[in-house]
Amino acid sequence: MMGSNRDWDSQPPFIHTDYKSTVLRGPTKPLIPISQTLSELTGPVYGHEAVGELDADMTRNARVNGEPLGERIIVAGRVVDEDDRPIPNTLVEVWQCNSSGRYVHEADQHDAPLDPNFLGAGRCVTDENGRYEFRTIKPGAYPWRNHPNAWRPNHIHLSLFGASFVSRLVTQMYFPGDPLFEFDPIFNGVPQGARERMISSFDLSLTEPEFALGYNFDIVLRGPKATPMED
Amino acid sequence: MKRGQTPSQTVGPFFAYGLVPEQYNYPFASLADGEMVDDTTEGQRIRVLGHVYDGAGDLVPDAIIEIWQANAHGRYNHPADDRKDNLLDPDFKGFGRMGTGTTPDNRFVFDTIKPGSVDGAQAPHLNVVVLMRGMLLHAYTRLYFSDEEDANAADPVLSSVPEDRRETLIAHRDVDLPGRVYRFDIHMQGERETVFFDV
Ligand SMILES: [Fe+2]
Repeated sequence: MMGSNRDWDSQPPFIHTDYKSTVLRGPTKPLIPISQTLSELTGPVYGHEAVGELDADMTRNARVNGEPLGERIIVAGRVVDEDDRPIPNTLVEVWQCNSSGRYVHEADQHDAPLDPNFLGAGRCVTDENGRYEFRTIKPGAYPWRNHPNAWRPNHIHLSLFGASFVSRLVTQMYFPGDPLFEFDPIFNGVPQGARERMISSFDLSLTEPEFALGYNFDIVLRGPKATPMED
Repeated sequence: MKRGQTPSQTVGPFFAYGLVPEQYNYPFASLADGEMVDDTTEGQRIRVLGHVYDGAGDLVPDAIIEIWQANAHGRYNHPADDRKDNLLDPDFKGFGRMGTGTTPDNRFVFDTIKPGSVDGAQAPHLNVVVLMRGMLLHAYTRLYFSDEEDANAADPVLSSVPEDRRETLIAHRDVDLPGRVYRFDIHMQGERETVFFDV
């Protein structure tokens, strides 16, 4: 992949046979290189006007008759580029299962209880220093059908646009010390040395005494390719 | 200090209530859907209709397709496109997204306008991102229009694609349907595998 616009030391391949559904869904032919034009160097813009008052607080944004069950947490960090420059005013969308490991999605067949006071969808926009913050309930582990006795480590799904279409990122944030990492083909689909970047760190300074623990998760988005394309 | 990119992970099967909640009837507001225009949008109304197929030729029911496009004047609604000659249509954001899980035939539908040529050199096109369970990272492709033959022939990106694969990037006008409808199916693998770009 010499001269590729994508950083294949950081990003997973399209086909990773341990993750079975990639086998029929990942493209198999070589990607065609593109010289970045305005089409790639622009992208959707959603600012603070796109976000509702409770959107970043999943402990409150779906209450019906009480508080959601589970461990309250605060997830916060910076969205930056590869030179550690903050990316301000960029949208961060999140979704996750509840504390029992059950998604609200109707296709989720896992036999664990739904929580009437928890949806698990949220969004926020980074501030001028690239900072974002969510309040939520720590998601549970859940089984899936990739292989016998397969379980996903606890994770939160995140989606970001960044400064342009080339910085589009959908990822998952994990929690430190999860014993399921070594068995998870999705986590391990990312090259060693890079997959560790998806693990948040416990951060006492983010905790709120008598209320919630805190986890830090910085997100590093790619920028436009600075060097001209190689032949 | 150089920092390593955060790796991509699959969007998974349960993205709907986070990314396209209204399309799937979840109680959370959608930021974007397949309806990209309103009454004031300038330009020719078009509908893009398609499906996603896996390597076995089966419909993919849990993909999400995103569209990013210029307005009728070829201008993107983004600060990096500050050209004065191409007028801004301030109410046209140029972004749409839709999951394939809400119709029996797993289609995606975008109601939008045909974009203008961005820079005079490129033919009118939509920028497309494909995500689904079973993809650890998203794929980029482009949609060009069958009735822009001359512009397509001169398009530098299309010309960089091997001739026998260009057809996978062309949306064909379906004259049997009312309105201006273009069909664009995405094949993840196989003989008709869609061209994906190293963007
Ligand atoms: Fe998940």
